[in-house]
Amino acid sequence: MMTLKVNGQDHEIDADPDTPLLYVLRDDIQLNAAKFGCGLGQCGSCTVIVDGNAVLSCVTPLLLLEGKQVTTLEGLGTIEAPAPIQRAFMEEQAAQCGYCIAGMMMRAQALLQKNPKPTDQQIRAELEPHLCRCGTHMRILRAVHRAIRLMDTADAASVAPGRAQ
Amino acid sequence: MNAPVMLDRRRVLAGGGALIVSFSLADAFAQDQPAAPPPSPSGSLKTSPLLDSWIRIDADGSITVFTGKAELGQGFKTAFQQIAAEELDVPFESLNVITADTRLTANEGYTSGSNSMKESGTAIQNASAQARALLLTEAARRLDLPAETLRTENGAVIAPDGRRLGYGALVAADMLHVQAQPKSKLKDPSSFKVMGQPVPRVDIPAKVTGGAAYVQDVRLPGMAHARVVRPPSYQARLTDCDTSAVEKLPGVVRVIRDGNFLAVVARKEFQSIKAMNALSAAAKWKETAALPKQDDLLRVLTSLPSQDSTIFERTDPSALGQKTIEATYTRPYQAHGSIGPSCAVAQFTDGAMTVWTHTQGVYPDRQAIAEMLRMPPASVRCIHVESSGCYGHNGADDAAADAALIARALPGTPVRVQWMREQEHAWEPFGPAMVTKLKASLDGAGVISDWNFEVWSNTHSMRPGGAGSMLAAQHMAQPFTVPAPKPIPLPEGGGDRNAIPIYKFPNVHVVHHFIPAMPLRISAMRSLGAYHNVFSTESFMDELAVAAGADPVEFRLKHLDDPRGRDVIEKAAQGFGWQKGRKAPQGHGFGFAFARYKNLAAYCAVATEVEVNRETGRPRLVRAVAAVDSGQVVNPDGLINQIEGAILQSMSWTLYESVTFDDTRITSIDWQTYPILRFDAVPDSVEVHVINRPGQPFLGSGETGQGPAAASIANAIADATGKRLRHLPLTRKRIKDAIDA
Repeated sequence: MMTLKVNGQDHEIDADPDTPLLYVLRDDIQLNAAKFGCGLGQCGSCTVIVDGNAVLSCVTPLLLLEGKQVTTLEGLGTIEAPAPIQRAFMEEQAAQCGYCIAGMMMRAQALLQKNPKPTDQQIRAELEPHLCRCGTHMRILRAVHRAIRLMDTADAASVAPGRAQ
Repeated sequence: MNAPVMLDRRRVLAGGGALIVSFSLADAFAQDQPAAPPPSPSGSLKTSPLLDSWIRIDADGSITVFTGKAELGQGFKTAFQQIAAEELDVPFESLNVITADTRLTANEGYTSGSNSMKESGTAIQNASAQARALLLTEAARRLDLPAETLRTENGAVIAPDGRRLGYGALVAADMLHVQAQPKSKLKDPSSFKVMGQPVPRVDIPAKVTGGAAYVQDVRLPGMAHARVVRPPSYQARLTDCDTSAVEKLPGVVRVIRDGNFLAVVARKEFQSIKAMNALSAAAKWKETAALPKQDDLLRVLTSLPSQDSTIFERTDPSALGQKTIEATYTRPYQAHGSIGPSCAVAQFTDGAMTVWTHTQGVYPDRQAIAEMLRMPPASVRCIHVESSGCYGHNGADDAAADAALIARALPGTPVRVQWMREQEHAWEPFGPAMVTKLKASLDGAGVISDWNFEVWSNTHSMRPGGAGSMLAAQHMAQPFTVPAPKPIPLPEGGGDRNAIPIYKFPNVHVVHHFIPAMPLRISAMRSLGAYHNVFSTESFMDELAVAAGADPVEFRLKHLDDPRGRDVIEKAAQGFGWQKGRKAPQGHGFGFAFARYKNLAAYCAVATEVEVNRETGRPRLVRAVAAVDSGQVVNPDGLINQIEGAILQSMSWTLYESVTFDDTRITSIDWQTYPILRFDAVPDSVEVHVINRPGQPFLGSGETGQGPAAASIANAIADATGKRLRHLPLTRKRIKDAIDA
C-alpha cells in the first residue's frame, strides 16, 4: 500500500511498486486523460505532470512517486471551468480524434509553467516526444500560442483584480 | 466511472411517451441492397426509408437524431446535429445524436469512403425536412389553417396570429413511422442559420478535460482486463504452452487457449500485462518463412498472378503523339498506425453478447462475431464507441472479436481487451503495396495525346463480412478461413480508385492488375488506391509538363474541362501565389497537384513549398495551400480540419513510412521501427481555402486531400532537386542518393 498524491488528493494504492503510473491512474484511480499509446515512452499520449515536470506515465513506476505531486489533465480544470490550456484547445478546435491531445496539453502546460513566453521553436522542440496521427499539429501549435495569451490575461487579472472589475 | 449510456429503445419508449411504435431497420447490409430506381429517397434513406430510423421526437419535445455511421474523429456527429437542427428548425443544443449501435440505429454498413456526409448526412437532412413537413401538416389540421400560412421556429409551429404548437405536442403515435418521400422540401441555403457555420465540435470539451470519451475509457462494474498473446508471425502455430505458472500469477482469472488463440484475463490491467509477458514466454511456436522480399516489391507484385482488366478505354486515332515518356511508381505497405492501439469491451450475459467497439461497421461486425461464436446475430449487439483515429480498417474488428471470444468463456464478466503497441503494429491489416506503370505521349503542341496507366494491387478491403476476416476466428482450433478477396467495384474502385484520369486525353487505356494473393495482411487504409494512383498520375503530369516545357498549373488546366476542378486548381494556385515561371528560393521547390476523389466526390488541389537540404537529403514541407470543394459545406472549420489533417498525414506517409519485414516476421513493430511525422518536421503554415457550393450534394472530405498532398510534395522535391523520385516513401536517403547520382 502506498499513498499517491494525484490532483491534490491522496490515494491509497494497492499495486506492485513496479506498476507504471499510467495503470495506477487509469485502473486504480479511474482517470481517463492519460492514455495508453505505446507503453514504451515513444508517443507521449500518457504524459502527466510530476512536481512540475512532464513525465511519461507509461514508463514511470509507482515506486518513484512516493511523496510527489502528480497532476493529470483532470486536475487542471473542468468543462464548466476550464483551465487556460483547456480553453485554448477548445477555442482552436485543436483535435480530430483527440487521443493524443491530453498528453500534448500536459507537456505544454509544464512548459508554460516554467517559461510563460516560449517561442514557436521552443514549443515545437518541447512537443517533439509527442505523436499525432490525425495531422492536427498546426492547431495544436495554435492552441499552445493561444494558451500563452490566455494565461497572460489570467495572470494580469489575478495581480490586478481591482482593474478587472 | 462513467459507463457508456445504454439507451434501450424499449425502455425509453416505456418512460417517455415517444411517438415511435416500432423500430424499423432493414435486416440486410446496406451495401447488399440493390439501388432503387429513381425517383428514390436520398442518401441512406434508400436502404432505411422510414423516417423514425433517423429522427425521434418525444412527447416532451426532446429530439434524437440517429446515424448508423461511426464518429471516428472526423467531427461529423457535430455536422449531423447542424443538419438536423437546420431542417427541423430547432436549436442546435436541443438535439442529441446517437451513433452506430445495432440496437438503435439504421444499418449503414461501414463508415468509410468519405461517404458519411453523402449517405447519412443526406438521409438526416431529408428525414428532418420531411418530419418538419409532417409536423406542419398536423399543426395545420389542428389549427384549421392552410399549412402555407404556418411557419416553424425553435421547435414549434407558429400560426399567423401567434399561436404556437410545440413539436412534442404535435407528434402523434406513428407520425414518423412512415416511408420517406422521394423528394423533400429542403430549406433554401440562403436562409441557413446553423448549416454553414463553424459550430464547435460537441466531442472536444470532454476530450480536453479528461471526460470518458473513448472505448478505452469504458469501465463496467466487475470488469476484468484481458491481453492476447498473438503468434510471432502470420503462419505461426502454437506447438506447446505450459500455462500452469501463468495461472498462479497474482490477479489472473483465466488463461484461454483455443488453437492458436492465446489470451489471459486478470483482475487489474497491469496484472494482465505481466501475465501476458509470462504467457508469451511460455508459448512455443512453429514459424514458417513466407514473406516476400521487402526491398523488391516492384518485382514481387508484378510477378504474382493477377486478374487483369481494362477498366477504361478511349480512342481517338486523329490524336498523334510525338514524344513518349514512361515511368514506374511504387508504394510500400503502410500502417494505419493509430496512436491508441485497438481496444474493445465485451460482456456475455444470459446468452446475449454485447460488444463496445471502435469498429467502422457495427452491423457487419455483429454478423462476423455471431458467426464466429455460432450465435444468432440478434443475440449480439455491437455498440460503437470512439477510439483513437483509425484511418481505415485497423485492429478494431479484431479486438472486438478477441473481446467477444474471451468474454464468452467468462459469462457475466465484462472483459476489456487492450492491444499492445507491438500487436497493433504487427497485426493491423496494412494499406497494400502498389505498383503503377505509366506511359504517355505529347503532341507537337505540348498536349497529351495518349495516356496508359497500369496498376498492380491487392484488394483494398478485407473488412469483416464473415468471421474469417478476424484474427481470433482465424486462430481458433476450429478456424474460419479468410474470405477470398474481391476487387472493390468501380466507380469507387479499390486498387483502381482514381486510376482513370479526370483529364480530357484523347486516347486513354487503363488496366487494373488485381492480385488475389496477399503475402501481408492488408485492408482498407484511408483513400485506398487513390493515394498511390493520384501520387502517380499527378507526378507524371508534372513529368509531362516538364517535357512540354509548360507550367504545371497551366498544363493541368489545359487538360481539364470540369469547371469545379478548374476552380479548385485556380483557387489553390492563387492562394499560394503561384506564378508561371516563378522560381522557388534556393534549395526550395514548388509543387502542385489536384484530384477529384474517386472522380465523383470532393475536389482538392494542393500547392506546396518544400525545402531540401542538399547535404543530407532531408526534405521539409515549408508550407501548403489547399483548395477544396466538398459541395454544400455544413461545418467549414470541420472541413478545414480534415484537409489540414490530410496534408500532414499524407506528408508523413509520403516522406517516412513503410512497413518492414524479414522473411518471417513484421519487423516494424513500434514508433522507432515505424517512424512517422514529428513536430520538427511540421510545416510553418497550412492554409485551406473552402469553395462552398450552396444547395449542392455533400461530397465528403475525409480522404480527398491525401493523394494530392503526396504528389504535390513529390513535385516540389523534384522542383527543388531536379531529380524525380518515384518510389514511396521519399526518404531522406532516397533524396540524397538521387542528388548524388
